[in-house]
Amino acid sequence: MMTNPVGRITQGQFSYLPDLTDEEISMQIQYGLNKGYAWSVEYTDDPHPRNTYWEMFGQPMFDLKDAAGVLMELQHCRKTFPQHYIRLMAFDSTRGIETIVMSFIVNRPDKEPGFGLVRQEAAGRTIRYTVHSYATDRPERERGSGGA
Amino acid sequence: MLNSLEKPADTAIKDAKKRYTAGVLKYRQMGYWDADYAPKDTDTLCLFRITPQDGVDPIEAAAAVAGESSTATWTVVWTDRLTACDSYRAKAYKVEPVPNNPGQYFAWIAYDIILFEEGSIANMTASLIGNVFGFKPLKAARLEDVRVPVAYVKTFKGPPTGLIVERERLDKFGRPLLGATTKPKLGLSGRNYGRVVYEGLKGGLDFMKDDENINSQPFMHWRDRYLYVMDAVNKASAATGEVKGSYLNVTGATVEDMYQRAEFAKELGSVIIMIDLVVGWSTIQSMSNWSRKNDMILHLHRAGHGTYTRQKNHGISFRVIAKWLRLAGVDHMHTGTAVGKLEGDPMTVQGYYNVCRDSFTKQDLPRGLFFDQDWADLRKVMPVASGGIHAGQMHQLLDLFGDDVVLQFGGGTIGHPGGIQAGAVANRVALEVMVKARNEGRDIKNEGPEILRRAAKTCSPLQQALDTWGEISFNYASTDTSDYAVTPAASN
Repeated sequence: MMTNPVGRITQGQFSYLPDLTDEEISMQIQYGLNKGYAWSVEYTDDPHPRNTYWEMFGQPMFDLKDAAGVLMELQHCRKTFPQHYIRLMAFDSTRGIETIVMSFIVNRPDKEPGFGLVRQEAAGRTIRYTVHSYATDRPERERGSGGA
Repeated sequence: MLNSLEKPADTAIKDAKKRYTAGVLKYRQMGYWDADYAPKDTDTLCLFRITPQDGVDPIEAAAAVAGESSTATWTVVWTDRLTACDSYRAKAYKVEPVPNNPGQYFAWIAYDIILFEEGSIANMTASLIGNVFGFKPLKAARLEDVRVPVAYVKTFKGPPTGLIVERERLDKFGRPLLGATTKPKLGLSGRNYGRVVYEGLKGGLDFMKDDENINSQPFMHWRDRYLYVMDAVNKASAATGEVKGSYLNVTGATVEDMYQRAEFAKELGSVIIMIDLVVGWSTIQSMSNWSRKNDMILHLHRAGHGTYTRQKNHGISFRVIAKWLRLAGVDHMHTGTAVGKLEGDPMTVQGYYNVCRDSFTKQDLPRGLFFDQDWADLRKVMPVASGGIHAGQMHQLLDLFGDDVVLQFGGGTIGHPGGIQAGAVANRVALEVMVKARNEGRDIKNEGPEILRRAAKTCSPLQQALDTWGEISFNYASTDTSDYAVTPAASN
């Protein structure tokens, strides 16, 4: 359990709100599709703030224009990795943007282990910091199917 | 156009012998006025608002501005003839009365590309604003807008990070970023200062910020501040699983001091440093180069700008400063809130945001943008809205500025009755619920207050924030609004 005010990892657009229902998720997906974004589903058991590359649950859905289809992919991922973090991401390929423009968490493990802060004292009162994922204390293969 | 005012004797004298006879000529006779001039794609174009002294002809005044901001001196010099002098002369090519402002005129002036050093804002500004603002024949002058040609834009490196890469580094997408300035801005010790940073970040803000005048005073030396702040940043990052930052102001007495401070910020793992506009253009460009070399986000506080941007008849519009800052290369700049405690007409302020974020800025007269500006793929600046804003205005802020902005709630976080973390929660919840509602197709401009009230039912910190500040607004008339003709003038 994490000690911040919402008791969980706060990455993404909507972590401070109650979990979005599937109907609410569909509305966000539709908003992205209307803007021409491509959706993708990613999952991990190590949401370290600098863990950029979560596993891709299939390719980004460049040609999928139907919110129900995107939601189906998400449900498939949830079924496969019920105790992983799963996020939906929308990509905008417009010149000069060419990056992710929406990202929010849509699945979490029942218990979020969170992170520890490791301080290494260095010269002149300097401290070197390491944010440590408790989730990675066990070997990858023992952490549930797929690792990551 | 005022061509009807023009007398034949007052146009440029073509006969070289007559033109260079020793003595004093009118500026328009010296070749600084050319009503037929067709600006080149490589010219820098300026729009000045001038108020000529009584009895001074507006075209002569415009020609004088062109002259004094390029090659002219008050009298004829024969040494002009050693140069291809016509190409060095800026040319006033259009003058129009400013609508509803008697005695004021818009003057369009074109500058050849040879006049400016590559990649130097100091040089561009020394020409464009170097001498003319104290010129006696004018009561007042203001540089309203500038069009920098693509050929010149490409000599600038621009923002070291840019808002796209900043978001990728921070892993934050699809919503405005949230920040707060640590308060009180003066007097806290390093240890106490870090406490405020920790509480704000753990509560839900993305950034905390040094204020413009936090450098290295007796109550808190810079090293002490950096050490405590970075402990707070890292601790909050571990507590939330998010990348967090605090703008470490590296402004100091000398550029050497600033490099030293920036190096220490880097050594401690800060993702961002900060400078004040008062350090000057060359220092800004140096710190931009440093930031580019060291993967640092560079935040700029526009300290001091109000001394020359606020009055409509004299000085420089902030849209010009914003353009120069984007070229000079900063990643964040303060651009106003429109709804907060500091000066800003909403449309005029939106114009500044467009200058920061556009790939191509279109002429937009109600927003004070007089020229098309092609940014030639230069990276984009993240605008910062800071000063007297609170959670109860979230719908207005999101509606005015969209996602690519840092919303900074200093007092609105730290002054929260439930404490700093509660203040941060209130702001974050208000932000997320408003983004969600907008994406769902709700009309947030009108339904915003209701959306906030509903969210507050399950979030007591937000309820407290609305109870405390819900009714606060700063409704004063703006001094700086765009004066434009209802029939748009051509952009050049």
